[in-house]
Amino acid sequence: MAESHATAVHAEHDHKPHGWRRWVFATNHKDIGTMYLILSGVMFFIGGTAAMVIRAQLFKSGMKLVDPEVFNSLTTLHGLIMIFGAIMPAWVGLGNWMIPMQVGAPDMALPRLNNLSFWILPFAFTLLVGSFFVPGGSIAGGWYMYPPLLQQFGAAFPMTIFAIHLMGISSILGAINIIVTIMNLRAPGMSLLRMPLFVWTWLITAYLLIAVMPVLAGAVTMQLTDHYFGTSFFNAAGGGDPVLFLHLFWFFGHPEVYILILPAFGIVSEIIPTFARKPLFGYDAMVYATASIAFLSFIVWGHHMFTVGLPVAAQLFFMLSTMLIAVPTGVKVFNWVATMWRGSMSFEPPMLFAIAFVFLFSIGGFSGLMLALVPSDYQYHGTYFVVAHFHYVLVPGAVFAIFAGIYYWLPKWSGRMYDMRLAKWHFWLSAIFVNVLFFPMHFLGLAGMPRRVADYAPQFTDWNMVASIGGFVFGASQLLLPYIVWKCVRSGKPIEANSPWEGARGLEWELPSPAPYHSWQSPPGEAVLARADKH
Amino acid sequence: MTDAHADGSKYYVPHASPWPIVAAVALFSLMLGAVLYFDGVAPVWILLPGVLLLAFMFAGWFSTVIGENQHGMFHFREDRSFRMAMMWFIFSEVMFFAAFFGALFYTRMFAVPWLGGEGVKVMTNFLLWPHYEAAWPTNGPGHVGGQTFSAMSATGVAAINTLVLLTSGLTVTIAHHALRSGKRRTLTVFLALTFLLGFTFVGLQAHEYYEAYTKMNLRLTTGIYGSTFFMLTGFHGLHVTIGAIMLLVIWFRVLRGHFTPERHFAFEAVAWYWHFVDVVWLCLFIFVYWL
Ligand code: HEM
Ligand SMILES: [Cu+2]
Repeated sequence: MAESHATAVHAEHDHKPHGWRRWVFATNHKDIGTMYLILSGVMFFIGGTAAMVIRAQLFKSGMKLVDPEVFNSLTTLHGLIMIFGAIMPAWVGLGNWMIPMQVGAPDMALPRLNNLSFWILPFAFTLLVGSFFVPGGSIAGGWYMYPPLLQQFGAAFPMTIFAIHLMGISSILGAINIIVTIMNLRAPGMSLLRMPLFVWTWLITAYLLIAVMPVLAGAVTMQLTDHYFGTSFFNAAGGGDPVLFLHLFWFFGHPEVYILILPAFGIVSEIIPTFARKPLFGYDAMVYATASIAFLSFIVWGHHMFTVGLPVAAQLFFMLSTMLIAVPTGVKVFNWVATMWRGSMSFEPPMLFAIAFVFLFSIGGFSGLMLALVPSDYQYHGTYFVVAHFHYVLVPGAVFAIFAGIYYWLPKWSGRMYDMRLAKWHFWLSAIFVNVLFFPMHFLGLAGMPRRVADYAPQFTDWNMVASIGGFVFGASQLLLPYIVWKCVRSGKPIEANSPWEGARGLEWELPSPAPYHSWQSPPGEAVLARADKH
Repeated sequence: MTDAHADGSKYYVPHASPWPIVAAVALFSLMLGAVLYFDGVAPVWILLPGVLLLAFMFAGWFSTVIGENQHGMFHFREDRSFRMAMMWFIFSEVMFFAAFFGALFYTRMFAVPWLGGEGVKVMTNFLLWPHYEAAWPTNGPGHVGGQTFSAMSATGVAAINTLVLLTSGLTVTIAHHALRSGKRRTLTVFLALTFLLGFTFVGLQAHEYYEAYTKMNLRLTTGIYGSTFFMLTGFHGLHVTIGAIMLLVIWFRVLRGHFTPERHFAFEAVAWYWHFVDVVWLCLFIFVYWL
């Protein structure tokens, strides 16, 4: 009944604006979500191109493919682009698409603000990517922009800072919108502890965003005034301290890594129950674990600074608080495994990516624990071991979860099924070669290879070659994704029911596929809610 | 089934709006202009188009929303969205100031004493600046910005300004009560008093800055003390200015007969904002001027 109701509403209200206005003046959460996802894809491939050049340069010792300065620019831009351009917009895009549908709302709470959050971004990335082409090249001191190195670049320095400011404004406005949508537009009867986990994790992510993006903005503003207006925040001669920037940056930076991963936790918590055909194990525990991770993420930033000369007490504090995070993280991993335990599992692409996520993210978590130990970190810091750690949590972590989400909800968005066989190819190629790419970096790091070097001692060559080959295959296999999506949208087989997944529950599956232009014109009733309940 | 909307209405989803893209372009031209200015390619007026476009956007976007409101498009739910959004926006502003307060606390508590050789950092002092003795206020061991300068006192303009701003917090509350009990005259008068006090604050602060620059040798470039002093009070002053302009805008709306005793989101949003700048000022007064 609810379905026919929703369809009727659909027919009645489906007047979308046409042509370029539909996109430039967009207020519809699905259109804006689509734009976010496309932007994210574009940035993913720009950042990926940089990565391919990096891996080519590192293929063997003594390569002279690009100048060392260009190499450093590429590593720096690669990091900034992937974090701010690929992963974050992908989450906002998925959130835009799914949150109103999942909470039973017609759209986002503040549709015009939503448009602004998106349209700031292409301008921000114009500044960021454009800085590569100005005289002197882009900033090259690493994505965390430490002073005074950052200030030694020409026009790229203010360009990067203003790009950061724009991205910050966009993230804050986007996060406000998501919080308000969740807190204010939930269907009646959907209590907080009935919300899907993707909604929960996004809610907490949004809170983190609003809390830390302004701090980053303040920190880079200080660099700007230090350089152009003669302030002394990071100048010891004037009584400041360059280490102050590290504190401010990582106060942003560590919550930021959870901004990148919490929505992934949410997606995986949606997908695993669907394909294990069992309710999520320990829903409440998942919510509390997410909240405690978010809280802890504010008090661990010092683990990025163990080698800068923090007082011993501070090092101990940050070591212990960091290791505490392993507890709620462990709860999550346990719950995912317990959800699969004795489930009747099937292995469609979203599930494959979700399982790979659980397994490979955990590897990143373990190397994180190793890095959290102060004495060991003295050795690991600044080596490829760190690179291995964060690529494990970010690529088979965050990025795989994004892929999982896309493969899970693409039929919902388009009303069509994608080429399952190709998607499995995408999965297996990615899952195998991501390990070929990143696992050797553990060895390289432990053997002492520093990160961000355009060349290295010959004894590191073997594993670098392996990593580079892994990188090229991994990079090339990503081209499958846009092809699969394009093919699905153009000529995929229309799906008959609302949901192509037998075990899927949730309000989004109560709407027809493709979803009507305005999601829930009138809120779903208790019967629909009860059917959608996941636990 | 549709009991979600207590008043039986649907949530208002505006169709297609040009204002966001104007805002994005305005921000971009402002920042591109700033890049060109900082890079020495263009004079400072390159910022003007961005500023004007931004002003145009605010006027246009807000009048659209005000118009929609006057046409009864918004109900309880939309109102609550606006409120929540404003609160979270203010929270983001709090965190922005927190970064600068953090810089102040960190340098005062750690960086400066370490430069003076405290604790395990004794060698820094010994090797780099053996004659430096940590104290606050300071412009660092390198005397950045001049050998001597005077610190801002808490008993001068700052004390008066504290009074001014606290009073304005009081007047805006009186205005709010007046609005709620339908006393439009009191509302108009006290709201006017509030923004006048706001502008007075900004004027006094300008005077204080002038004194600092001309008589006290205290500048933005005066080491860490000058940096934290001017950046904190400067960003705060900017917020007071914005807040006072917002007060002015809602004052004109009051004159036009907007707002009812029950529904006056814009008024409350501005009042919250005003209290926020008030609280920030109290922190400034205590940690920047006084202690
Ligand atoms: C079990 C949880 C985790 C622990 C204990 C942990 C611990 C650490 C530590 C100690 C470092 C500093 C290493 C060094 O520079 O010497 C580090 C770096 C990093 N971690 Fe994690 N981490 C965890 C999870 C994550 C997650 C979930 C993400 C992202 C999704 C992440 C992203 C990063 C990044 C990007 C860096 C490197 C930043 C840089 O230096 O460029 N970590 N981690
Ligand atoms: Cu961290």
